Amino acid sequence: MTTQPRLVEVRKNVLKQNDVTARALRERFREAGVLAVSLVSSPGSGKTAFLEKTLTLLHSRYRVAALVGDLATENDAARLARSQAPVKQILTGTVCHLEAAMVQNALEGWDLTQFDFLFIENVGNLVCPSSYDLGEDLRFVLLSVTEGEDKPLKYPTIFNSADVAVITKSDLAAAVEFDETAALRNIQAVRPGMEVFKTSAKTGEGMAEYLGYLEHRRARSRAAAAVSL
Amino acid sequence: MHELSIALSIVEMAQEESERRGQAQVLAVHLRLGQLSGVVKEALLSSYEMACEDTSLEGSQLLIEEVPVVVFCPKCQAERRVRSIQWFCCPECLTPIPDVVRGKELEVVALEIKE
Repeated sequence: MTTQPRLVEVRKNVLKQNDVTARALRERFREAGVLAVSLVSSPGSGKTAFLEKTLTLLHSRYRVAALVGDLATENDAARLARSQAPVKQILTGTVCHLEAAMVQNALEGWDLTQFDFLFIENVGNLVCPSSYDLGEDLRFVLLSVTEGEDKPLKYPTIFNSADVAVITKSDLAAAVEFDETAALRNIQAVRPGMEVFKTSAKTGEGMAEYLGYLEHRRARSRAAAAVSL
Repeated sequence: MHELSIALSIVEMAQEESERRGQAQVLAVHLRLGQLSGVVKEALLSSYEMACEDTSLEGSQLLIEEVPVVVFCPKCQAERRVRSIQWFCCPECLTPIPDVVRGKELEVVALEIKE
């Protein structure tokens, strides 16, 4: 007996499993009182230097930890460990982005209540990470002055998905004739109202403002968590 | 390039659905793909073909409906389709709007099956 083909409704999000895991992570971060911040950028934009500087500067006053994703090599984890903060490498193999389950697995053995800030450095890639929620409270997108001002227009999806933009390597801005006005205009075009920090991990420029923002966000999310208890 | 892993998930979802319906043959998968989903249609189509190889879905079609980016303009009090994903604003009054109402979809909406 042959029947005619028919259409059956499904309505299922393809990344549902990732979203469920990400939601559970977000809840865990909230309960533990840790602010989770992820970093995305293209390869070579200075994510690791920026994160190393962040960990070093925060380390004296806060309990900080970091997860760092890379396709191969544990070099970044070794670099970040110099900051004295607990650091774990997530080796993704051939996968070009982090997924919520990878973060969940990497957190095994860590008591999140022992941390104030958790940083998650994604694989250097401005395309794929945009599809995957990692449960982070804030997503930072980094743009180095050497990359060109039009990066936000070339990768609007990831810039729109981020909460904060960080311009890195500001010490090189003059040398590469970085057009800051154009960069800011492009960032605001793809994510109106986005907070932007201009920093240099080398000279420390802009780091205080950015760290102040992080502290403020942590205080705010803890206050919100306390209210909802 | 994460389209292959997404294609594998789509195939897996379709297989589960087919099993639930007594191994019904899947002829086509209907997918809604937002312009801001972070997934490239062409790459997904070729990945889908690869993902179907040697499965019960071999030869099936992936039918993609692209979903444009829609924002809610607080000034016009209306949903508006942005003119470009390089410029998030109301196309009528030019109010900048960061958040989207639609355009991030990556959703299997229906299957065409033969029982």
